[in-house]
Amino acid sequence: MTHTFYISASYIVAAIVILCLIGWVWLDGRARQKELAELEASGIRRRSARPTPKDGTAS
Amino acid sequence: MPESLAITKFSDLANPTRFLGLAARILPWMAGMTAILFAIGLYLTFASDGDYQQGMTVRIMYVHVPSAWLSMMCYSVMAVSAIGTLVWRHPLADVSHKTAAPLGAAFTLIALATGSLWGKPMWGTWWVWDARLTSVFVLFLMYLGLIALTRAMDDPGKAARVSAVLILVGFVNIPIIKFSVDWWNTLHQPASVIRLDGPTIDKEFLWPLLVMAIAFTLLFFTLHIAAMRNEIWRRRVSAQRRMAARMAGQPSAKEA
Repeated sequence: MTHTFYISASYIVAAIVILCLIGWVWLDGRARQKELAELEASGIRRRSARPTPKDGTAS
Repeated sequence: MPESLAITKFSDLANPTRFLGLAARILPWMAGMTAILFAIGLYLTFASDGDYQQGMTVRIMYVHVPSAWLSMMCYSVMAVSAIGTLVWRHPLADVSHKTAAPLGAAFTLIALATGSLWGKPMWGTWWVWDARLTSVFVLFLMYLGLIALTRAMDDPGKAARVSAVLILVGFVNIPIIKFSVDWWNTLHQPASVIRLDGPTIDKEFLWPLLVMAIAFTLLFFTLHIAAMRNEIWRRRVSAQRRMAARMAGQPSAKEA
């Protein structure tokens, strides 16, 4: 095997692992955002994200 | 007072909502900077000449050394986060070490694979069980163990505390990796960049290496902040689902 093989293989392995990491983080973020949007659409919100009543008192 | 101001600023960051706001602002800039640095680093890498002994195989160094450096830095970040979990009960500390473990495992895998691909043409072997290679392999196994441990427990608080103890115990491996080439006979060369008497590597190779090291480090922090943001969202989703389940159970409880 030539030295070009070892150099190419090193860069290909590094690129595959890094692209997998980026893809995993990106897809995970999108999935969580979608879940949060679905929960909000069904009316389930965090206490801090709920609208305050008009008289300003907390519910 | 300035000291109390610094503590207040640090405490502000402990608020997950504020962290999410900060992450949304800085992540596009960090991702852009990472891409630019990788473009410059790869250009310098492939524009540089070969080594007089190793030839063009020296180019493996530009991915191997930054990955190996990150494999240790990531574990050090996890150790600081583990202290944050155990001592200060910092709300983001367990999120930090949980999300750093898969990143550390990935960079350690790159370091092991590229090291093996560099070793075959230079040493004549893919692998030897010497101090440096074995201690890095142990680090890789520790990352995998920590990933498995945090996912094996249902209670995230308990998983964080157990992981934090294990991370701090395992931190003993980091100085062993760093100084293994000085303490024992090994095929691996001694340190040539971070040395008390300065780098011994030629500037022709040092500049591309430094740019690639900064690019890899920025990539790690970009992915780490994004993964922490995802973990906060995941915890919010599960908290809201629990709340929805409680709300759904309330009318039947009143009826009973």
